[in-house]
Amino acid sequence: MQLARVIGDVVATRKDEKLIGIKLLVVQPLTPDRREAGQPLVAADAVGAGVGEEVFFVRGKEASFPFHPGEPPVDAGIVGIVDRWDLG
Amino acid sequence: MLLAKIVGTVVATRKDPRLVSSKLLVVRPVDPRGKGDGHYLVAVDTVDAGVGETVLLVSGSSARMASGLKDCPVDAAIVGIIDTIEMAD
Repeated sequence: MQLARVIGDVVATRKDEKLIGIKLLVVQPLTPDRREAGQPLVAADAVGAGVGEEVFFVRGKEASFPFHPGEPPVDAGIVGIVDRWDLG
Repeated sequence: MLLAKIVGTVVATRKDPRLVSSKLLVVRPVDPRGKGDGHYLVAVDTVDAGVGETVLLVSGSSARMASGLKDCPVDAAIVGIIDTIEMAD
C-alpha cells in the first residue's frame, strides 16, 4: 500500500456497469514526509474518503476486493483513511 | 487507474482470436490537468470512446475484469469516459 492525499474527484457518466456507484478520486502519492511521490492517479474509494484527506491505497487487482462479490475493473483503491503516521 | 487521452486507432487483422472484434485505441496518459507524460499505449475500448476524449484507463490484470474481456490477453482497458475532473485547488 501507499500513502497519498486525495486531491480531486472524477465524474464519468458513461462507464463499465460494474463501476456504477463507485466513487472515483484523484490521489497524489506521498512520501512519509508529505512530499509528492510520482504522478497522481485515479483510485476507487472503498472507505468514504474525501478531497483533502490523507489515505492509503492498494494497487493491482486487489483494489477490487473491497467490492466483493462485485468485480469492478479497478487497479487502484483507497482502503484506509489515515489519522496520523509517526516516524521513528 | 490513469486518465488518458485517445489519440488514435489501431487496426490489426492477424491477432489473438480472443481479440477479434475488440476495438483497439492508441492512448496517451495525462495528468488531471490534461498534460501528457510522453508515453503511449494501446488499450481495448469497452465504452465506445472516440479520438479526442479523456478516458479512464485500467491497467494490468484488472483490465480483464472490464466488460467482455474475461480471459482476454490484454493489460490496458478503457472503462469510462470522463465528464469532469474537479481538483482541490
